[in-house]
Amino acid sequence: MADLISIGESIVSRATDAEQIEVYLLWERETSIRVYEKDIESLTSAEASGVGIRVISNGRVGISYAGTLDVGEIDRTLDEARDNARFGSVDVFAGVADPDGIEAPRLDLWSNDLMQAPTDRKIALAMDLEKLTLSKDKRIRSLNSSNYGDVSVEAAIVNSKGVASFSQQTYCWVWAYALAVANDETQTGYGLHAARGIEQIDIEYAANEAAKKATRMLGAIKPSSGSFTAVFEPDITASLLGIVAGTLSAEAVQKGKSIFSGRIGEQVASSRLSMYDDPSDARFFSASPYDDEGLASRKNQLIGDGVLKQYFYDSYTGRKDNTNSTGSAIRAGISGICTPGPRAVLVAPGDNTPSDIIAGISDGVLIQSISGIHSGVNPVSGDFSVGAEGIRISNGELAGPIKEFTIASNLQKMMNDISAIGNDLTFRPGGTAGITIAIDNINVSGA
Amino acid sequence: MIDKSLVDRVIRASLAHGGDFAEIFVEEKSTFSASLEDSMVEGLSSGTTRGAGIRVRCSDTTGFAHTADLSEIGLMRAVEAASSLARHAAQGVRTVEIGERHQTKLPFEKTQPTSVSKDKKIDLLLRLDQAGRSSGASIRQVTAGYSDSFRKFLVANSDGVFVEEEQVRTRLAVGCVAIGDTGMQTGYETTAMTMGFELFDEIDLELLAITAAQRAIQKLAARPTPSGQLPIILNGLGGGVLFHEACGHGLEADHVLKDSSVYANRLGELVASPLVTLLDDGTVANQWGTYSHDDEGNPSGKNTLIQNGVLVDYMWDDTQSEKKKRQSSGNGRRQSYSHLPMVRMTNTYLQPGESTPEEIIADTEHGIYVAKLGGGQVNTATGDFVFGMTEAYLIENGAITAPLRDANLIGNGPQVLANIDAVANDFAIVPGTCGKDGQSVPVGCGQPTLRIKSVTVGGTVGG
Repeated sequence: MADLISIGESIVSRATDAEQIEVYLLWERETSIRVYEKDIESLTSAEASGVGIRVISNGRVGISYAGTLDVGEIDRTLDEARDNARFGSVDVFAGVADPDGIEAPRLDLWSNDLMQAPTDRKIALAMDLEKLTLSKDKRIRSLNSSNYGDVSVEAAIVNSKGVASFSQQTYCWVWAYALAVANDETQTGYGLHAARGIEQIDIEYAANEAAKKATRMLGAIKPSSGSFTAVFEPDITASLLGIVAGTLSAEAVQKGKSIFSGRIGEQVASSRLSMYDDPSDARFFSASPYDDEGLASRKNQLIGDGVLKQYFYDSYTGRKDNTNSTGSAIRAGISGICTPGPRAVLVAPGDNTPSDIIAGISDGVLIQSISGIHSGVNPVSGDFSVGAEGIRISNGELAGPIKEFTIASNLQKMMNDISAIGNDLTFRPGGTAGITIAIDNINVSGA
Repeated sequence: MIDKSLVDRVIRASLAHGGDFAEIFVEEKSTFSASLEDSMVEGLSSGTTRGAGIRVRCSDTTGFAHTADLSEIGLMRAVEAASSLARHAAQGVRTVEIGERHQTKLPFEKTQPTSVSKDKKIDLLLRLDQAGRSSGASIRQVTAGYSDSFRKFLVANSDGVFVEEEQVRTRLAVGCVAIGDTGMQTGYETTAMTMGFELFDEIDLELLAITAAQRAIQKLAARPTPSGQLPIILNGLGGGVLFHEACGHGLEADHVLKDSSVYANRLGELVASPLVTLLDDGTVANQWGTYSHDDEGNPSGKNTLIQNGVLVDYMWDDTQSEKKKRQSSGNGRRQSYSHLPMVRMTNTYLQPGESTPEEIIADTEHGIYVAKLGGGQVNTATGDFVFGMTEAYLIENGAITAPLRDANLIGNGPQVLANIDAVANDFAIVPGTCGKDGQSVPVGCGQPTLRIKSVTVGGTVGG
């Protein structure tokens, strides 16, 4: 689908002298299979494509999109973007990305095997995952669903200043949502495994996770309130780091909406914490040779030994701060607006295994799931309060399961209170790698 | 959108090799949005998506394919993919009846936003900016967003449904940032209705901005929120997200029929305080979750879910009602043509009671008054749910006192519903976006002011 670039070039070539044009072209293929009690509940297969056009005319920005690559529609989309550009305020920093001469990494993110895998094989994975999860423990009564999904994406970004990028990725995943039942009590557990190609899918891993998380919650009680060390499992850390990394966006910083505004060079976290963004690391499912303005992906250090090193910049926020883009432009699909943000965040791993970390805690909680994160974290004040469930830690050992409590602190305080980092980096779909982390002084609110 | 003879050929081709049910859903959706920050109008954005989803069901298995190509060739390719599973099943070929076309347009929209100039829409943002900035010396920043959408769909199936519907939605939101000694706080307010630009004939824009500004200013003085179990009063204007999470999702038939809801197998039982009468009602004029027909072509309904505490019914779409050989309740919705429909809420609300809000507050010695709720989340299988509070105050000796910082509340659905011990006579429905299985749809949440005897509050200081 290299002709995405030629479609893009034919559009940007129409830019007048007073205009900049950027075109984002997307082609996607997806499969999604859901199995329930040995039957296929649903099978979805589809192709989709689309175009997003940004026009900057005399400092005014106009955006338009269409869910097709039809030539007539693209023409109308360009006209609409030009019309929209008549109405915005003049912003001297508005513009598309200038080529910065940095060479894009060569990444192999495409699996031909996945593209050619027969549907029956994908169905079999979801079927087998259900069977395997049920076989793990007799208290697993059923699965809400057992799922297989895959996606292949090709994208091109072309602009009138000479940027022309093309990237392609595939990945696939299986996930199970298990229900464990004992004595009229139901608990749930979620297990997922993802890979670039279908050969590497490990249903055993997903089945074990789902079964373990559901069954170990049986008998859960509401814990008493107090202040504890909390150990966050990798998936939970990934969600938390995603929020922390989001506050390092230069957009939030420039608007004064980040707890890290104006703090480059300051100690903002425990010296145990070093954090990077590296979309050129192919272990990330979000890896790509280019960012969403078509600039090369690169590794950026955000925090080094607890010291704040860098914010995320796209070209617009870079011009405002008189600095360069860090290759961190992201956008939510064809209709999305470009903003700088995290693309592939990871924490430098420590030396300890998760069990070592737990062994060192006399009184704590292991957090296996959190809820309400979109309503429970204020990125400006840093206030943090979410629902949680997990396992009590007592004298270095996992004690009983606990549920229906909240954990609360403040993002800044939590970063200072990191007391251990695991050696268990895990990569899941999404822009943040997981890892086990222990944080002191977390307020548990329960009974 | 496409002519009837093509609809007919698509449905027939979908079942040519077997299958129990086939459906075509054709959708065109245009959106427009503009935002303001720093008193500058940022990039205007608009666009259109158009496409069709083909669904073929064979006993409990659904094949689904979607395409943006609405030509006969494009549609038949999707038919091929969607019916591939039915082909494997050795079942007879069923006959197909294509129904008479039934067209609806939500009757209450008067001014198509597409007919309104972009200047007029931007003017709303500029007015909000001005009103917000003049609401107090501590207000330093105003953000505002306007959006409208025009959605037109055609849905036809092998059971004779043939419906075309148009939906217009308009939304305006404002955020004010206040700065004080204690840092920065933001307050938001939104109005969103299923109607056209005439929305702004009725809305007091200045009041919208002032409400957001006051919320931010109040929060500058906010104290740390208590932790532990406390009585909670939820203001009727604050949004009914409590019921959306505590029982709404658990009353969706897909969760119920898989036994992954705490409300499964409990019809006719007392599942809440007798003060609770809960409805899901897609027919309330102009509300955010309102429509004439759902995305499967069934008329929207005013459905009682809980009557005086007793569970009366669940919410149903075609797929789930087929399993129980009953009628859909008009709750089959999808985010777009590229998504499968499933059971979703419309406007879910609690009926008002008899106390006054003032009486309930005066009758509460110590607790928390939540003036504005944030989003929430639920695990339907365990019933455990959370929801955020974005404007809250301490109640001391029957009076509202100090503002509190944002925090989440956590509870278990059936327990919290049983713990509702006062319901007031005020009422409002508030717009929201509901996410389920990766699909977002507009919904309304409503309730009167009410009190819950005890809820766990996720603050940071001992309660």
